Amino acid sequence: MTPADAVAGTQRREPNHGMRIFLIWLPIALAADLIIWFVWGPHMPPGDMSSSARSQQFDINVMAVMAAPVMAFVLTYGVYALVVWRHRAGDEEDGPPIHGNTRIAVTWISVTSAIVLGLAVFGTVELVAPAGAGAGEGNTPIWKPGGGAALQVQVIAQQWRFTYRYPQFGGFETTSLVLPVGENVQFDVTSLDVVHSFWAYQLGVKADANPGVNNVAFTKPEHTGAIQVRCAELCGLWHADMTTVGTVVSTPAFSSWAASTRVQLAALTRNLPPYSLTYDPNSVSQLGKAFQQAGLTGAGGGYYGPQYPVQP
Amino acid sequence: MAIDLQPDKPQQPGGHVPSGREPQPGAPRAWWGRPAIHTGIAGAVLGYFVGHWLGNLIASNYQQVQNSGQNDFAIILGYVLGTIGWLAGLGVFNDLLRQMAGRPVHADAEAQAAAAGTARFFRYSLDHKVVGIQYLVGMIGYFLTGGLLALAIRTELLSPSYHVFSSATYTAIVGEHGTMMMMMMSSVILGPLGNYLVPLMIGSKRMAFPRIEALSFWLTPAAYLVLLSGLMFGGFPFGWTGYAPLSIEATQGADSYAVAFGIMGISLILLAFNLIVTITCYRAPGMRWSRLPIFVWSNLTTGFLMLLAAPVLVGAMYMMITDRTVQTAFFTDDLGGSSYLWQNLFWFFGHPEVYILALPGFGIVCEILPVFCRKPLFGYRVAAAGMVGVTLLSFFVWQHHLFDSGIDPDMRPVFMLTTELISIPTGFIFLVAIGTFWKAKIHFTVPMLFALGFFFNFLIGGISGVFLSDVPADTTEHGTFFVMAHFHYTIMGGLIFAFMGGLYYWLPKIMGIRLSQRLGQIHFWTMFVFFNSTFLPLFAVGMAGQPRRVYTYAQNLTTLNDWVSISSFLLGGSILIFVINFVYSTVIARVPEQGNPWRSRGLEWQVSSPPGPGNFDRVPVVLSGPYEYGSKDAPPVADLDPPLGVLSEAYGGAGAGADVAEVQR
Repeated sequence: MTPADAVAGTQRREPNHGMRIFLIWLPIALAADLIIWFVWGPHMPPGDMSSSARSQQFDINVMAVMAAPVMAFVLTYGVYALVVWRHRAGDEEDGPPIHGNTRIAVTWISVTSAIVLGLAVFGTVELVAPAGAGAGEGNTPIWKPGGGAALQVQVIAQQWRFTYRYPQFGGFETTSLVLPVGENVQFDVTSLDVVHSFWAYQLGVKADANPGVNNVAFTKPEHTGAIQVRCAELCGLWHADMTTVGTVVSTPAFSSWAASTRVQLAALTRNLPPYSLTYDPNSVSQLGKAFQQAGLTGAGGGYYGPQYPVQP
Repeated sequence: MAIDLQPDKPQQPGGHVPSGREPQPGAPRAWWGRPAIHTGIAGAVLGYFVGHWLGNLIASNYQQVQNSGQNDFAIILGYVLGTIGWLAGLGVFNDLLRQMAGRPVHADAEAQAAAAGTARFFRYSLDHKVVGIQYLVGMIGYFLTGGLLALAIRTELLSPSYHVFSSATYTAIVGEHGTMMMMMMSSVILGPLGNYLVPLMIGSKRMAFPRIEALSFWLTPAAYLVLLSGLMFGGFPFGWTGYAPLSIEATQGADSYAVAFGIMGISLILLAFNLIVTITCYRAPGMRWSRLPIFVWSNLTTGFLMLLAAPVLVGAMYMMITDRTVQTAFFTDDLGGSSYLWQNLFWFFGHPEVYILALPGFGIVCEILPVFCRKPLFGYRVAAAGMVGVTLLSFFVWQHHLFDSGIDPDMRPVFMLTTELISIPTGFIFLVAIGTFWKAKIHFTVPMLFALGFFFNFLIGGISGVFLSDVPADTTEHGTFFVMAHFHYTIMGGLIFAFMGGLYYWLPKIMGIRLSQRLGQIHFWTMFVFFNSTFLPLFAVGMAGQPRRVYTYAQNLTTLNDWVSISSFLLGGSILIFVINFVYSTVIARVPEQGNPWRSRGLEWQVSSPPGPGNFDRVPVVLSGPYEYGSKDAPPVADLDPPLGVLSEAYGGAGAGADVAEVQR
């Protein structure tokens, strides 16, 4: 600051840019966080129909609440800088030769590291606590739900249908996914041909279906309702059509459904390969041929030949 | 011919020429007599037919060939020999064979650099500036092809029930778009801008390995054509990720996927190797690591990523080829292999690949920012450290693509941690930008607009990556349009915006003419607005449950998908504006832009536009860094005309001065 400037007082007018940016940022970040947590949060995908979906919804809300101030800061600073420090016509001077600021760099690195490491710890806790948070854990899962035995549902993926076997009810196989509310469910996901991915949206469950591999995922449905099931791994021509709708029903309704379906499909079940966590695709395709010859096609017990489904 | 125990001059590019047998520069042969694209095409066709015939000879009585009626072995051998024929026809092997035979090599880089005329752009040229421009034209062509395929995808997605394409065609288009973009855009900045500018920026007259550099370029049209020819065979139904066993069982189109990706992998390795050695060994005196332009740092780090990751890709493609042709069982579960092996091999390359796509963009915007803020780059060391950190960490995160695949469950917190950690060095770029903006004098030129667009897009892309790194949240987001939006924001919003910015910034240097700034402004604003309107809704579409690579979707998502599709057509229109600008400015208007229009301190701007053969008259002595704006008493960036004595002392000893000076000339 030169003596002339001190007299004119021009240097004292340099505003405190940092404080200004902070004061603009603070209400924006607060408003964003409040809207995200209270308004958007309860409606955040994937909803709260199951324990894993609820936990994922909570995760996404927490991360959104942490991300919004960061984005707000960068955008606020950016807009402020572009407006306040834009080049004025006729000014051919360079800016001040600031090469760096160790304090600012260390602060930035510390804060971002803290946020990121905090998120990593948070994510780990949220993965372990709700028994794997609906993600496929491979054939030796380590995070299992407590509180009683789980209903086992085997998900068999093939080009281009999902079928479900219930080993605790005699091993019948059906295209309907019906689950009881309030009970732990263990999905054993496998494939007969290529890699698919069993994705039950409202349950917050996604587990890849690999041939010859059993991929286990856990959840506990907490509300009744419909479940959209889609395939989430490109598996060939009709990948997009590999969708079904399942339901979560009350426990008595489920028991009666299971019992009646078991009886209804008893003849078919006798002809199926014995229940196993993985299936040899060669024997399965022979079975499909045999079923076709016997006039039994379509799951509800059967196995699809490559010509199914027909073009939608 | 006596053996020289003490050669009187150091190794010239192209081999030591024994005295008395200097090649006489006779009358140059006619353009059609010299190896160029036309001889390359002839070689390719010949090679393809020879390979196909050989493949039939060898494999036509294989059981699986007879059963399925298709001979993958013949197709793949045809592609491979076709590529070798293409290279041979271009004259790639000529110098090598001559040296092996002990004969003098005709061409050297300096002589070629002095050649004029457009014919040299169609030849195997050893001048890095010619190779840079060849890469530029090639990359723009590959990008436009991939972009047209994207428009086809969005056309199909206009309606969930009315189908423009059959399922097989649509799936093939999706795979072609993804593979074309991921394969080709790996080199979109290092190829054109890296090859052209790195020697200029480090004060070198040449690249370390001109032949390897040119070879890396000429492999790209081969990869491109092999990939596109897959459409003739019905394409491949497994996307760019190639998951086995679908990729092993798929029909002939999969062979073009495997061979094209393998060819491009080799191109990446060669490109990287040349850049790394050039940057390490060919820096001018005074070009310390602490004065190296950030763009050169990004080339160096990206080079290491390519060099270490691409071999795994080439190996994986080779294994896929043998699985498909000669009955190996790497990826087939019921024969003792594992589909997980493919996933791990692919993603071990695939994750560094996306940082190969991200880092050069960082380099360009860090180069552009100081010039148009008229301030030094804030935190130069932080920026360089960020790039090095990203490079190191990117080899430790690949299993985040396999969170739901059924991998060992305790791997997932490990990879969640490393993936979260990699966002720290990635975030350094924002610190650098924020600091550079502080009290700057910001000029809103077209390159600066693209740099600003980069930061906006990468902010969204990067933060959405944090959402994906959280395993529980990833359970819903994996395999959906959320992932698509994330990577389009980082790759197209990041890399391509940076590429456009770099092009507007450096084209006056490369061609000596300016792109229309008015059209550039229109191009930027339309591209920015329509890019965001195309990809921002896709986050919502993904979270609402639409998986990737589907031709139909839930009815209630129709409005969103229509909005996205129409925006994508308008985005295509903005790219068209770019093409019009590029063609109009370089071919028709040709407004000359000599000198240093951006008043940049970069060393590349201190020579003529375009630079002469050999770039500099004498190897410069670098005196200060390129970002010293705002300091009145900062030395100039280099002494471009150092006295002869200065260099001889730098290289040690009097008496070597004359030779050194001669070599440097």
